Amino acid sequence: MKKVYGSATEALDGLLFDGMLIAAGGFGLCGIPELLIAAIRDAGTKDLTVASNNAGVDGFGLGLLLETKQVKKMISSYVGENAEFMRQYLSGELELEFNPQGTLAERMRAGGAGIPGFYTKTGVGTVIAEGKEVKTFDGHDYILERGIVADLSIVKAWKADETGNLMFRKTARNFNPPAASCGKVCVAEVEEIVPAGSLDPDKIHLPGIYVHRLIQGEHEKRIEQRTTRKRENA
Amino acid sequence: MAWDRNQMAARAAQELEDGMYVNLGIGIPTLVANYVGDKDITLQSENGMLGMGPFPYEGEEDPDLINAGKQTITELPRTAYFDSAMSFGMIRGGKIAAAILGAMEVAENGDLANWMIPGKLVKGMGGAMDLVAGVGRVIVVMDHTNKHGDSKVLKSCTLPLTGKGVVDRIITNLGVLDVAEGGLHIVECAEGVTEDELRAATEATIVD
Repeated sequence: MKKVYGSATEALDGLLFDGMLIAAGGFGLCGIPELLIAAIRDAGTKDLTVASNNAGVDGFGLGLLLETKQVKKMISSYVGENAEFMRQYLSGELELEFNPQGTLAERMRAGGAGIPGFYTKTGVGTVIAEGKEVKTFDGHDYILERGIVADLSIVKAWKADETGNLMFRKTARNFNPPAASCGKVCVAEVEEIVPAGSLDPDKIHLPGIYVHRLIQGEHEKRIEQRTTRKRENA
Repeated sequence: MAWDRNQMAARAAQELEDGMYVNLGIGIPTLVANYVGDKDITLQSENGMLGMGPFPYEGEEDPDLINAGKQTITELPRTAYFDSAMSFGMIRGGKIAAAILGAMEVAENGDLANWMIPGKLVKGMGGAMDLVAGVGRVIVVMDHTNKHGDSKVLKSCTLPLTGKGVVDRIITNLGVLDVAEGGLHIVECAEGVTEDELRAATEATIVD
């Protein structure tokens, strides 16, 4: 059970193919699998459908795969930070499926948990409900949403042990656990890989059963909106 | 005379009660946090945090610690982190007492539009549709009219909806209105605003 690989490119070897569906963790630029995204760009895999809450920014994160036009379709809840995304979308080069953020997270969670569909009240009576089955439970309407099962999941965690048990840090957890769970194969990149037994089993956020391949690397961890407050003089 | 952004935020803060878990939207709703005073309020950030603290001091920004607006923030002694599926589980599951959010249009039946203007730049709904569908109480804070002077408090929304029949209370620069049977009920007028002025700026049906 060797899960640790030497580089992002090695960890993705044999997993990429044109037209595949990739689920990616991260929220904005926080907790994104930046090394694996760069390796997918270098691999040149095309016609990707990417399920990710956001689409990165110009020149970083999933924005890298948009620049090279490797993405055919995005499944996202919010894409406002990326000029190249907008250009491709408005010119019809890029397909976009908006999912409410909670629906996207639950589609990933459900897909990973063997649940092919679920009913939710999110989006009832809006454009999101168009073409979807509506069912009434206890007098309230709900729409049917499908679980997502991705060909590949790419996620970022803080620490891993060599068996793939993951720990996340603060709000960098976000979509990473549900995204990891919904992939037929999951590759995780982390800041530090430690020997098995070094992590407190009670503090594992995502058990290694969900993680098939692992790499350790240096992360830029770019900040999207740097907001601060003034220090009051004592 | 009417309320300014901070006065609207201060009025919205009066809606919050001790012990509430609350989600604040971007814009004026964010300012509400400045006016909760001594009340024990826990703020949820839908990217996976309860107990959101203020912005960090310069030099203490942490790229792993942001709010739903992607701004750097801090944690508090009560903070808890979780993943996006659990975050929206607590939203959809009705565990969050209230959401305070901005709007482009609100209708007299409680319909809300705040995510999309067809033909213009479309950024996405983010978590807004889940929030308005799931939280206990939806409070909208917005200007009563748009920059052309047209009412944003309408008989029916013209823009694509974020949620249908979801709004409970509307706080604008001109006053406070509740969604009621058959239309909107005036709760109060802003300082220096008469009921006639509030009615004149409102397209929606006003009921007693």
